[in-house]
Amino acid sequence: MTAAANALIIGSGPGGATAAEVLTRAGWSVVIMEKGRNHLLEPDDLTRPAGDYSNDEIKFISRYFLGPDPLVEPRAFRRSADEGEHAHVGEVNSIPTTVGGGGTHADGKVPRFREEDFWLHSAYGPQEDAHVDDWPVGYDELEPYYAEVERAIGVAGREGANPFAAWRSGPYPMPPGAPMYGAVLSSAAAERVGLHPYEAPTAANSVAYDGRPACNNCGFCAFFGCPIHAKGDPVALLTKAMATGRAELMPESFVHRIVVEGRRATGVEYVDAAGETHTMEAELVIVAGGAIETPRLLLLSGLEHPALGRHLMVHFQTIVVGHFPHLQLHPQRGRAVTHVHDDAMIQDERSLAAAHDAGLPWMRGGMVEHSGGGLPIMEAWHSPWGRGHVQAMRDSNFRERMWAFIMQGEDLPYETNTVDLSPSVRDARGFPVARVTYQPGRHELAASKFHGKILQQVLEEMGAEWVMHTSSPGVSYHGVGATPVPESRHVIGTARMGDNPATSVVDRWGRVHSLDNVVVADSSVFVTASGYGPTLTLVALASRAAHHLAGTKPG
Amino acid sequence: MPVWLNEQQYAALRAACRQMLPSDQGVAGADEAGVADYIDGFLGAFSFDPPRIWAGGPTSGRKGGDAGFARFHRLSRLDELAWRTRLEGSQGLAEREFNGPVVGLQQRYRDGLAGLGEDFTDVDGKEQRRRLRADESFCVLLWEHCCEGMYGAPEYGGNRDGVGWAAIGYEGDVQPRGYSDAEVSEP
Repeated sequence: MTAAANALIIGSGPGGATAAEVLTRAGWSVVIMEKGRNHLLEPDDLTRPAGDYSNDEIKFISRYFLGPDPLVEPRAFRRSADEGEHAHVGEVNSIPTTVGGGGTHADGKVPRFREEDFWLHSAYGPQEDAHVDDWPVGYDELEPYYAEVERAIGVAGREGANPFAAWRSGPYPMPPGAPMYGAVLSSAAAERVGLHPYEAPTAANSVAYDGRPACNNCGFCAFFGCPIHAKGDPVALLTKAMATGRAELMPESFVHRIVVEGRRATGVEYVDAAGETHTMEAELVIVAGGAIETPRLLLLSGLEHPALGRHLMVHFQTIVVGHFPHLQLHPQRGRAVTHVHDDAMIQDERSLAAAHDAGLPWMRGGMVEHSGGGLPIMEAWHSPWGRGHVQAMRDSNFRERMWAFIMQGEDLPYETNTVDLSPSVRDARGFPVARVTYQPGRHELAASKFHGKILQQVLEEMGAEWVMHTSSPGVSYHGVGATPVPESRHVIGTARMGDNPATSVVDRWGRVHSLDNVVVADSSVFVTASGYGPTLTLVALASRAAHHLAGTKPG
Repeated sequence: MPVWLNEQQYAALRAACRQMLPSDQGVAGADEAGVADYIDGFLGAFSFDPPRIWAGGPTSGRKGGDAGFARFHRLSRLDELAWRTRLEGSQGLAEREFNGPVVGLQQRYRDGLAGLGEDFTDVDGKEQRRRLRADESFCVLLWEHCCEGMYGAPEYGGNRDGVGWAAIGYEGDVQPRGYSDAEVSEP
């Protein structure tokens, strides 16, 4: 089968959708192959969002509506090779396997990186055991792409709100949405402690934008698809690409091999919805499966490189929870997170002293999200059964009276944190699944301890009766949250970019060094993780790569 | 009539759910919410066409819009493989045992309910609770499903007429109405 298209894009998440939108706008034709189902776009009119998403806890939390279902698409996990072949099989850093990919379930926080995030090595120097390198692209070069994709997906935010933010060429496309009550309180407390909270840049419409309605605050945001498509990433990009008439979407098409001859890919092999295997020829292949599935595909395709699958980063999450028995915080209303602060990413005398105490030259935390508890089923699972249950649910210590900070702590790129192919675990189609080997290093643990104490102080200032500090993955000194499998859905690294083909998998444009017509357009290419969510940066990089291919400029 | 369980199993399940979520002084519990029906319907999801795995969208009709939740999604071939395996177990079928045998939820419920004893519905509440706690694995499973049946969308067979939500002062799904900015930002 020949793809009657200029480019074959593997993955329809934020990276693949961006590449499709930029290339089709430039007049290219593309085929988008997605292994998951299409619940995002109307089957009869792919230029319109579908109506499959809903305020339904069972469907999205209990029953894997967005995928992957770990029974048929599991992953393997271990902390290190000392644990043998694997210590866990099932859900591992699961990002939706569906048309729209990770963009569908995200709560839409889309911060830009800051200038220094692209040149950590030059700014602060090396770290023992970690490969902290500068990126081959800097913020100034990426800024026009950030600006373009912010307009494309619709980002709500306030210029100047974050004193640490990188420079911008223009304002956000729309103002911030309504602040959550709990975030109003936690932001005020954070300011009293000397921190600098601000309205999170969010790809959820605060006003009607680009044909999509304003968010109506239903509260089913993080881990849910948006029923009214107020969240713009990546539905806005996919519908724009489809509207050109130059994009074809192929859901339920699992690409398991890029066919290579010499330095060129000639096509892909894929399994369709009926389980039949096909080959599709391709002039250009763009891989956008995310930092776990992309290296899996490249490894299944026989690509060999010492850095492929290495330097996996996930954001070591520091979770600090406070209990407020006298407040009703109703975090189930509104966007999942409306406020954040970046102070933990700023080097100051205190953090440097803490780093030195831990034997580190420097350390960085991550963006801190101000957020609340979950929904009723989640709360009930953690409540007692029997006579006291209903009263416990009415008291709602988890859902209504808890407020939390989640710091998306910057992981350093360690060669020992990897994605490779499981020697024994298969998916339902019969292919080896990805095996994640991950554990935090000294840097992540030290930053978590130091910044966690500051976050505890903020919750106490806010009036918490008690405060608990834990992390994901769990580590022994917390005593709670002990699962070693990271909860983070931010998966980063594994096919890093660089100018040196010996130490990097792809070049500065995302092109695989050893293959002339294979480009990676997702967070696999990140050199370092920063402490910001990766989505906007991976989207900006995908836009830059696609513009480079098409010979166009961001507008 | 239960969908999948036999009458005796259904009676035991209902009694067990009643212990976990008792009704109390006019506040609805498992019986009023139909929690046992939720679990029985889940175990027998493939008795329906389409199977009762994923309710539709985008609205339920409770706060406006049409009753889209009532239109359950069709499953793909892979979805059906996953959910039949999860519910029915692998049953020695090669296509379900690519990573080894899987004990299905139906079997776990059959075994768990049998383990409560044939006289479970006849013994007093204290003894019922003791027997439930004696099988921790089944107790955890049952509690997980009790919570879903009490506080999940009514289209799945539990939380009848929204009594679970009403019992805790929760509004449930709110699309397309949503919440006003003031309801988000103010106490």
